[in-house]
This record gives sequence, C-alpha cells and structure tokens, in this order.
Amino acid sequence: MNTTLKSYDPRFTPPVDQVSVEERCARFTTRSIKKSTKVNGLKLAMSMIDLTTLEGKDSEGKVRQLCYKAMHPHDAMPGIPQVAAVCVYPTMVKVAKKALKGSAINVAAVATAFPSGMAPLQVKLDDTHYAVEEGADEIDMVISRGKFLQGEYNFVFDEIAAVKEACGKAHLKVILETGELSTLDNVRKASDLAILAGADFIKTSTGKIQPAATMPVTLVMLEAIRDYYYATGKMIGMKPAGGIATSKLALHYLVMVNETLGAQWLNPDWFRFGASKLANDILMQLMKEQTGNYQSLNYFSND
Amino acid sequence: MAATKTTTKPSANGTASKAETTAKNERLAVLKTYKIYINGQFPRTESGRYYTIKLSNKEQVNVCLSSRKDFRNSVSAAREAQEKWAGKTAYNRSQILYRIAEMLETRRAQFTEELVNQGASAAAAKEEISIAVDRLIYYAGWCDKFNQVFSSVNPVSSSHFNFSSLEPTGVVAAIADQNSRLLGLVSIIAPVIASGNTIIALASTQFPLSAITFAEVLNTSDLPAGVVNILTGEVSELLVPFTTHMDVNAVYINTNNQQDKVTAETNAALNVKRVKVEASIDWTLPKNEDPYRILDYTEVKTTWHPIGI
Repeated sequence: MNTTLKSYDPRFTPPVDQVSVEERCARFTTRSIKKSTKVNGLKLAMSMIDLTTLEGKDSEGKVRQLCYKAMHPHDAMPGIPQVAAVCVYPTMVKVAKKALKGSAINVAAVATAFPSGMAPLQVKLDDTHYAVEEGADEIDMVISRGKFLQGEYNFVFDEIAAVKEACGKAHLKVILETGELSTLDNVRKASDLAILAGADFIKTSTGKIQPAATMPVTLVMLEAIRDYYYATGKMIGMKPAGGIATSKLALHYLVMVNETLGAQWLNPDWFRFGASKLANDILMQLMKEQTGNYQSLNYFSND
Repeated sequence: MAATKTTTKPSANGTASKAETTAKNERLAVLKTYKIYINGQFPRTESGRYYTIKLSNKEQVNVCLSSRKDFRNSVSAAREAQEKWAGKTAYNRSQILYRIAEMLETRRAQFTEELVNQGASAAAAKEEISIAVDRLIYYAGWCDKFNQVFSSVNPVSSSHFNFSSLEPTGVVAAIADQNSRLLGLVSIIAPVIASGNTIIALASTQFPLSAITFAEVLNTSDLPAGVVNILTGEVSELLVPFTTHMDVNAVYINTNNQQDKVTAETNAALNVKRVKVEASIDWTLPKNEDPYRILDYTEVKTTWHPIGI
C-alpha cells in the first residue's frame, strides 16, 4: 500500500485469497479457552462492547435504560467491567450523555444518513456537526456503497475525509457495510480506502443488512489494518458489528485479533463489538462460571 | 435386528443355490447408529462418548453417553420452540399428538423387534406398543379439553368477574422411568406437551433403543423442532444439570432412589421449579394415564375483571 498518496489508488491494494481466509478463520475457532482464561476473556469482551440501540422506535426512556445497563451490567455479580460506549442516533446523544454523566463510558452516534448513506454531502456533514455539538465522543459514519461499487473511489475518499474534518476531536468509525460489498476484494479495497481517508476505526456493518459481521470479513479488515501498521506505524481500530450474539463467538474474534494484530489491540481503545444481545450472553456465561449452573435470560435485564 | 441377519433362506424350489448363499453371506451388515434427538435433528453427543448395550440377539449397540452440554443445547432448543408450540391452537396440538400415534402404529413391526431384542417377550412387546399408541391418542383427545374441564369461574364478594384458566409451565426436563422400554417415556412426553410445554427427556439407560426410534416417529409427525428432545445417558451424570438449569421451569424425576429425590428437590429450589418425583411404576395400568398428569405442568392464571361499574 502506498501511504503517501492523498487519494486512494486501488492498484496498491493486494488481492484477497478467499479460500485461505476461510481456512484461517476456521482455525481461530479451535482454540481451547476454559476456566479463568475464559472468564478473563469474557470480561475483556464485555469492556469492548458498544451497547447499541438503533431503531426508529427508540425513545428517551429506552436510551436512558440502555445507559443504565451500560453502567450496571448485572449488579448481582460484582467485578463486571462496564461497556466501552453506548451507540445511538444523533437525536439521542444528549439524553445518553446526561444519563452517562460521571462514568467513563463514551457516547457514539451514527451519523451521515445512517444506515443507507443516501444523502448529499452537506446533509451528512450537518448530521455529523449536530452529533458532535450534542456531545458525541465517537461518530459512526456509513460510506456511499453505491458510489464505491461504481468505482468512484475518489468520491468515497473525499466524503470520508470531509466527515473526518467535521468530527473535530470525536473519533471517526467508518462503516463499510460489508454485506453490500459482495466480495472480500471489495472489503479490502474499502478498508484501505477508509484508512487512508482518515478513519480512526473501521467497522463492518450497520446491523441493518444481512449478512452483518462475519469472521472472514473481519479478518480481511484486520489484515488491512496490519499492513497499514507495518507501512506507517499507525494503529487503526476495528469494530465488527451485528450478528455477534454469543460469548463463544466473541472469544473467537478476540483470538483472531490477537493472532492477526497482537495483544496491543486487545483493549477497548482499539477493538470494539457492536452488539446488543452479546452483553447478556456474556453475563450468563460469567454467572455460569461463578455458580456452576446454566443460566436463564429471565434473570438478566433486557437493557 | 433384521439388517444384520445373514441366515440363508431356501430358494423357491426348496434348495438354496450356492451362488445365492454366498452372495447373501458376503453382504456387510448395515447397523443403525442410535443418536440423540435435539432440535429436530439427530446429532451425536458433543462429548463423543458412548456406552455399549448387549441385545438378546447377541448384537451390541453403541449408544450416546450424553453430557451436560447436550442438555444445555436441548434446553436452548426447547426454550426457542416453547412459545410457538404453546401458541398453536389446542386443536392443532391435538392433531399432531394423534399424528404421532398414527406414525407409531405404522412402525409396529420395527418397535416389536426392538423391544424383543431388548429383552421383552413378543406378547409383552405387542401390548406395550398398543398401549403406547392408545395413550398418545388419549392425551391427544385431552389437548383441547383439559382447559374447559379444569378452568373455573370463581365466586368473589366484590364486583368482579373472576376466572382461572391453565397455561403451560414452559420448559420441562424429565428423567423417564428407567425400567420401562418405551411406555414410560411416551407416558411422560405426551401429557407434558399436550398443554404447550416443551420437553427434554432422558431415556432409560439400559433400554435406550426404542426411545431413539420413537424420536424418529416424532420427527415425521409434524411436531415442530425442539418441542421434544430425547437424550440417552446416565441418570447419575445428568440429574444435577437437569435440576439446576435456571431456564428449566419444571422437572419430572422417575426414581426409586431417595437420595436422587432429595437432590432434585434441593436443586429445583434454585429457581423454584415445579418438581414431580415418582417411583418406577407399571405404565401398562390404565390408572397411570389421567388428565392430572397434564395439570402437573400447567400454571393457573386467575383474572379479575371488573363488572357493574
């Protein structure tokens, strides 16, 4: 990858070998992680969660409830870390910010006409400015997949760069929406493009399109981050989102991060899970380790 | 079992031709793998373990020695299936139970052979299957009737219309009668699912074959996946997970062991499961089929409806 360019040139993106990516991913699921290692892994995963509610029916009450869950995952069991961030729509940022006051939990806002991204640039920038002014610490933007698939890489590049500028001090996560990119080669191209355009994090999906995050897609994105790190020494964060609902799968992802990027990425500053159901599954597993009994969702708060 | 028989039969003219005999002798036996039944599928136990059973026809059969994780997977499946199963009309549940009886009836020959291979006399095997079919039909009939019979309108001294009706308890874990080959299992599954519960049943350790073949019957009877899950294995190993799992709402334990009873009742207190502990009984007796076995796994919901205001 040529990192000195001020635009993106797809000729510098290496091709992806889909077969070997899938085989490599299958290997990550064979590590045996038990007992105290498992407990530590689960607690780490818990601390990396972006607790998310992105529905048209979201209300202030629902967001406040989610924020409470973020701060008090399960009070019956002490020693559970809080999640990394709460992820909401821009109009809910102020509510979340107020509810999370005094905690170290960030507020992430999805901006730029989430989830489709079908809006003029000025609308996207206004959306971003609004979210930042409301107090968002992190902005999750979507790329224009239509333009990307048409090969208009410069358009997508400029858009990301403009949003990055609009973010100011807020961290920028760029959502590639890999479910709409069709091939792993496209995923790799979009990853390189987003990184060069100024993304602090690259993120797989909005959660509104199936398939959302998968292990092969995440591996390809992690490899883009790794290659960029080798070339420049700069670290980029990674956030798989959508479809990661079980503790076991979360541990597989942690194994993948550790074996692709190394332990320095294994903290909430550099790796996040975008999830809503995962938190309760982790809590049930931790409770199972503590009590020895299989748990029921009935005894854990919804959000 | 028939598949392994390599005896030669005389040909039409009374003498076995040499070529025919050799061909029959050379055919390799095709043995059935007895696997467990979870979520409408027949996986092997995740633990990879098995135990061996010797049949009266000198054959040996390997049977899955299920682990607590198989049970955990079954509970997930049963929980997933429960709401939809309870949401079906009582009449539809009745039809499906009747369908199970029909399918069992058509497999009579297979079950007879299996029961005989597990040590039953031919006459006893036939009787057991007949009663099993009749019992399924008995509970099929009760599906859309027990609520009328056992619900009530209650007199109260205020201006309310007060009525009580029955709802399924939820997910039921059952350890079937260890001395019964088929009937003990059928007699516990049928009343539990009749009201809309889902069940995870542990078959008899020494007689597991007809339990698994019964799962094949269930699988071809329009019964949604996960409503009935059947495991094979050891009571001593599975009693604790069966009774401690927080997502199980009721347990049925058939045991003659006083210590097992105490363990079951103590563990069930964790999340206040309903518990029914019963000693091994003669399931062929008519007194052991009654609608109160449906009621054991239901909850009474009482509604106070204001009137005259």
